[in-house]
Parts: sequence; structure tokens; C-alpha cells
Amino acid sequence: MSNSSSIAKDVSIVVCGEAGQGVDTIAEVLTTILKKAHYNIFVAKEFMSRIRGGTNSCTIRVSSEKVNANINKIDFLIPLSKEAMSHLSKRISSDTVVFSDKEFIDENYRNKCKIIETSFASIAKEIGGSIYVNTVASGLILGLFDVDEDIVKTYIEKSFFNKGLEVVKSNNNAIKRGYDLAKSIIDKENIVIKMDKDKTVANEIIVTGAEAVGMGAIAGGCNFISAYPMSPATGVLVFLAQNKEDFGIIVEQAEDEIAAINMALGAWYAGARAITTTSGGGFALMCEGVSLAGMIESPMVIHVAQRPGPATGLPTRTEQGDLNLILYSGHGDFPRAIYTPGDMQEAFYLTAHAFNIADNYQIPAFVLTDQYLMDSFYNTEEFDLEDIKIERNIVETTSDYKRYELNDTGISPRGIPGHGVGLVQLDSDEHDETGHITESMEVRSQMVQKRLNKLEELKNATIPPEFYGSEDYKTLIVGWGTTKNIILEAIKQINNPDLAYIHYSQIYPLHEFTSDYLVQAQNTIVVEGNVTAQFARFIRQETGIEIDTKILKHDGIAFSVEELIENIEKVI
Amino acid sequence: MNQNQFHIDNVDMAWCPGCGNFSILKALKMALAELEIQPKDLVVCSGIGQAPKSPQYMNTNFFNGLHGRSFSPAVAVKAVNPNLTVIVEGGDGDNYGEGGNHFIHNIRRNPNIAHFVHNNMVYGLTKGQASPTSERGFITPVQTTGVILEPFNPIAVAISLDASFVARAFAGDIEQTKALMKEAIKHKGYALIDIFQPCVTFNKNNTYKWFKDNTYYLDESYDPTDRVEAFKKAIETDKFPLGIIYKAPVKPTFDENIGVYKEDKTPVCFRNNDNKDKLKQLITSKR
Repeated sequence: MSNSSSIAKDVSIVVCGEAGQGVDTIAEVLTTILKKAHYNIFVAKEFMSRIRGGTNSCTIRVSSEKVNANINKIDFLIPLSKEAMSHLSKRISSDTVVFSDKEFIDENYRNKCKIIETSFASIAKEIGGSIYVNTVASGLILGLFDVDEDIVKTYIEKSFFNKGLEVVKSNNNAIKRGYDLAKSIIDKENIVIKMDKDKTVANEIIVTGAEAVGMGAIAGGCNFISAYPMSPATGVLVFLAQNKEDFGIIVEQAEDEIAAINMALGAWYAGARAITTTSGGGFALMCEGVSLAGMIESPMVIHVAQRPGPATGLPTRTEQGDLNLILYSGHGDFPRAIYTPGDMQEAFYLTAHAFNIADNYQIPAFVLTDQYLMDSFYNTEEFDLEDIKIERNIVETTSDYKRYELNDTGISPRGIPGHGVGLVQLDSDEHDETGHITESMEVRSQMVQKRLNKLEELKNATIPPEFYGSEDYKTLIVGWGTTKNIILEAIKQINNPDLAYIHYSQIYPLHEFTSDYLVQAQNTIVVEGNVTAQFARFIRQETGIEIDTKILKHDGIAFSVEELIENIEKVI
Repeated sequence: MNQNQFHIDNVDMAWCPGCGNFSILKALKMALAELEIQPKDLVVCSGIGQAPKSPQYMNTNFFNGLHGRSFSPAVAVKAVNPNLTVIVEGGDGDNYGEGGNHFIHNIRRNPNIAHFVHNNMVYGLTKGQASPTSERGFITPVQTTGVILEPFNPIAVAISLDASFVARAFAGDIEQTKALMKEAIKHKGYALIDIFQPCVTFNKNNTYKWFKDNTYYLDESYDPTDRVEAFKKAIETDKFPLGIIYKAPVKPTFDENIGVYKEDKTPVCFRNNDNKDKLKQLITSKR
């Protein structure tokens, strides 16, 4: 923790309490205001699968430079329940300062960290009720950051405007009391935060992963979503539902995931651009639909937000354990594309991109995320729509139209019913060029080959992995998806010139440079959140190269920067 | 317009001689021609089975999807382009078994779709197992000691969900089947016709004669708008009533309810959604 003479680069604040107590609300209030005060903010959430009770926490990072990664360290801790401190036992250190009312102080930690007793509850009661505890606590943190009170006032007025003047007044009061607490702490305990501001933050947006995917879908021309609610993927359905009127999107909650994907395929057939969103267990039901997409050569965009399995698993936690399922789902052979965004920017652009790829190659395109990304939020560069083009490939049919016309690329012109005088005929059975059922062995082979030819075309459009480090690296870290920023922060801190990293935002088709990158390294490390090193195995399958070290995690929580540093340093 | 619009010559049809599917297909082609629908404006969604092959034997757009999954794509097709005439066609296993959940919930959506279920009380394509509508005691290679389950009652289920139009037909009567089909297609809202047909190869119980002997037509004195009376008819099995059994009061269809057609009647598939400005605004609002 900083004292009055040093400048902090980043501070981590953890708020922890029962579901329903306002942990999320405090995180939202603090980060919205701190961003307006020109600090970078990042929030990672971990929570239980329940609506009330239990123990949930938000890790809020405030920083002068961008640090969008999950960490263990806790600078300031605000526990809102008796279980909070023991819930975070592994993360509390001698540097941690706890601000807590007496009833939530866990005496077991008296000598393990600095505890400053507060009176949130009694202050709140004076103001008007326990509902103000969260605002007082927020005021304390904002006071420590010495945030300009006008910024806070504006926020309070805007947020509570429709609850009436009294509520606005009480909240302003609560903030002020929090500031008073902060002042006394600064004076007595010598805890002062001096942090450089970052003006560029002003033009940036704060989005969750779910919002980034949702916006990406809209940017990609999405006008249809059918989905079944499932944690942690529901946020995308909710986002598109809330914006359906502005953007002319058909939004339908399906009766099950089988209906969800079949409706979406019907939508593509009729000329819409459809997405569905689900998690591993829901996607399991869609496998038949994926196979259908492959057979009828329909575009399809499938967003899967991973959580720990098997079966119901940990509904609200995170893992990277469904890679195999996404790779191999759907009986039979047919091409697909799999995108694995590592941050908000990729979540937006890759989702939009997935629509074009799906349409161009008439294949299922996956956007594979996880709970960690879905529920995190931070400030990021505003998404730029300039270069995004919606590539529509629909043809007007003539009277001799054949949906599955054989040609060099395997991609037949795609008609839709009612657009032209031709007939558009699709069959889930093996079919001839006109889409009619066939048992001809010759036609069968031709069609199998046709579908696979599309994969060759698709390979030309593969996004190469992003390389970080110097060209004469000795050790190479390989990662995919949401570990991106965590790995980046870890290697920045390790600061070893022999250490490089490649991040895969598209894992299928696997980019052809993969072998070259791996072969050059003396030592290779894979970092992924599953127990069997699924990506490493896939790489071995595709390249023959075995990755030396596997840094794996499967406890339901994302990697932290600290544990990655520890594990990487063991092997370099 | 003659029926040749939908008719294809020299089709290799995979049905057994005497199969009820032939009559149903004939009735459908006649109904469509008489309604002056163009093949290019028609979409037939089917699943897997013998009955779902029907659209392959006529001139139409078709989405011959997975077993049990014909209704879901159909609802989406109609929502994306309401100007198309959309028909769901298939068998009793396809629609009431594998597709049972979709049957129930799509009725709730009230899509403006005609649903023709070829009900022969057996699984033909897979060679003779019981179907959801098989009678108790029906003996098959799998139900070797006879079916022990209560037959699925699509009429009662549909009426319980306040399906907009519920009817029963018999393939042996092409004129009446055609007339009912025309009513169903014209009907604004979901229209179900459960069409009794014999499976000459695998169902020796429910033959042409059996259906003739065990059905009767509702006459003009019957009021299909009376839902309670309709339920009574729905549970009559000795004999089964044919004709329009239930007609709900007019209500908005799925594509009217989803909101995208409130102001703009252009089908979603033909809209040139230039949403860039609005999206930019939405993104900027997150600052």
C-alpha cells in the first residue's frame, strides 16, 4: 500500500458480501465515477449460483495505466458479511487494509492485515436506513481517491433522479459522510492514494463482455436471436432484447436449446442473420443443429460462454473446458470457424466478423468466451465501425437454381425463398445439387468433398495469432481466449527478454504459422483453464508438436497475474 | 392456375403402393393450386420420416430438416419473411414425439402457419415401432406385448393451448382433406390438421376400413368456436370426429407480436438495415 510519499500505479479494491447486498452496485458506482475522474478501471466478478445469501466478490482495479487482468492482491477490502474475509483468506496479505464495521471483522485476521473499523451501518441509519451503507462505503473509497465532489454529485443526481429529491439528497449525504471517514483515515492512518490520471480515459467506453459481444452482433448485421437462458451467456440475449426495437432485431426465447438453433437456421434460410447464445450444457443440445448447419451448408453464429462442467458444473464460474466440444461437436465431417476473443475489443470485432465468415463460407462460426469475460468490465477504446462491412451474399434465384451447385470452391451461390423465381431446397439427408435426397455413392462423395473444399478456402481467412516479445525468444507461452490480458501483465512484470507469447483469437482453422512459432522456441508453455490442456493437445494433433509445460487451472476462477508469474518463473 | 405448378413428373417416390401419403400429397397440391399460391412463395418445412418426404415430391421451396425439428425453422422463416406461405408437414412421430416440445410451445406462439401431420399411428420409415399416437395394445417388433402407454392426443393438447384452428382429416377422403387444407392455409394464425392415414405395410390395425368405420364428420350443427364442446370432441375416440373441431377467437399472430413489423411491413430479410449511426450512438453512450 502507498504512503504519503509514493505514487500508486494501481490499487485493487475488493468488495465482498452476500448476494443481494449490493456488491455489484458498489462496483458499478465506484468504477463509473472513478472513470469520470480519469482513472482506468477494471472489474472481475466471482459469484455463487444463488440470488440471496452466499458470498460474492468484485475485484475493482483502479490504475493510471490500463491493467485489465485478474489479480489476487487486495489493497482495500470492504467486507459486507461475516463470511467475506474468510472467503478471501488466500488473497488477504499484510498489505491489505480492511474497512469494515465491527460485525464483519473476522478476528482471525487481526494480525494478518490492517483493519480499520468503520461505522457504515450507524451512519446509514442516521441518514435514513441500512440501504445507504453501500453509498457510505463508496464515499469512503472515493474520498481516499480525492475525487472531485462535483463529479460524484452529478452521478448521484443522474442515478437517483427518478427516485425523488429526498433520495438524491440522502445519497449525497451518505457520500459526504463517506468522504468525512476518508479524511479522518488519511489523517490518522496515513493512507493516501496518489495516482496519475489518464485523460484518454474520457473518450473510452465501459462495457461488459456480454455487451461487447452483443454490440459486435449488431455491427455484424444480426437481426435475429433465438436462445435459451443459461449462465453465463444470457447477458447477450438480454442485451439484444433490450436493443431490439432500435435495431429491428427479432428476439425470441426458445423453449429449449434445440429449438434455439433450429429457429436460427430457419432464420438464415429465409435471409436473416441469426445468432444464438448458450453455455456448454446448452450447447450440448445444439450439437445436432451444428451437424445440420454443416449438412445444409447454412451460415450460423453460435456464441458459447464457457463455465466449468461436466453437466451442470459450476453455473456461475469460469473455465476454458469446452474447447474439445466446440471443435468436434456435430456428427460427420464439415468445416467450421472458431473465434476465441481475449478482450473486449476482440469480443466486439470477432463477433461481427463471425457473421461475415458464416455467410461467406456457409458454415457455423463460433465465438467462444467464458464467465470471466462475460461478467468483467473495464474502459476500452470506443469500438470503431468504420471498417466493419456487412457482407451479404444472397443471390436472386433463376428458374434453374440449384442450391448445392458443384464448383471449384465448394461455396454455391445462396438463394433465399421468395427472392427470384427459383426454388431453394435444403435437405438434412445427403442430397444432390438440387437439394433432393440421394443414395448415389458418387453424389455422396462429391458432396462430402464439396463441403470439405470450403475448409481450404476458409484457411485463407484465418486470423494469425498475436505475437508479443522479441524475435529471438527462447521460451514461448501459448494461450487462447480470455487469458490474454492476464498473461500480458504477467510477462510484463517478469520482464525477461527471452520470454515471448502468442495469443490465439482464432483457434480453428489453426493458423499455419503455429509450427514455425513453436519450433523456434527452446521451451514452450501453454496456459489454459482446463485440466487436460485441450488446446495443447489440439496443437499436437495438428502440428505433431508437444508443448513442454502446461500451466493449467480448473478451480472455477480465472488465472491471477500473481499465480501465472509464479508458475512461469518455475520453468524459465 | 392448374395443379401442374406444384406437380413434378417422374418422381421416384419412396412410399409403398397404397400409402396414405399419396392422397395427402394430391390433396395438398390441389389445395395450393386452388388458392393460387405460387411455388416460389411457398416454404414447406419437414423433418424426417416417410411423410416428411412430401415436399421433395412437389415444386416448392423446402427446408427438410432434422427429425422432430421442422416446426422451429418454420416459425423463424415466417417471422423473417411473413410474405411467404409456410407449411409444416410431417408424421406423428416427427411432430408429436421427437418434436413434442416444439409442438407444444410453437402453438403458444400462434405463428401464421398451417401444420399438416400425417398420423398413421406407427413409425413407418424405421419399420414399424409404435408412435405417440399408437393405440394401446398395438403389437410391434419393439412393443412385443403391446403398447402400454396412453396415446398422445394432439387435438386435446392443441385445444388446451388455445390453438387458433384445430381440425382432423382422413387421407381416404381427398376432397374433404383438400377443403380443410385450404381453410387451414387461409386461416390467420396457427392451424393444425391431424390427418389420419393408414400405413399399409406396418400398421395392420388402423387400416383404411378401420378409419372409415371409426370416424365421422361433424356437421353444420356443431359450433367449433365453443372451446368446452371442442374439448369434449377431442376426447371422443369411439368414433373420432373429423372436420374443424376448434376455432379460437381471432388473435395476433407471432409475427404481429414480435414487434419488428409494427411500423415497417418490409420482411426483415429484405431490409437494408443501415444501423451504423444508431450503433455508434449506443457505443458512445457507454462512455
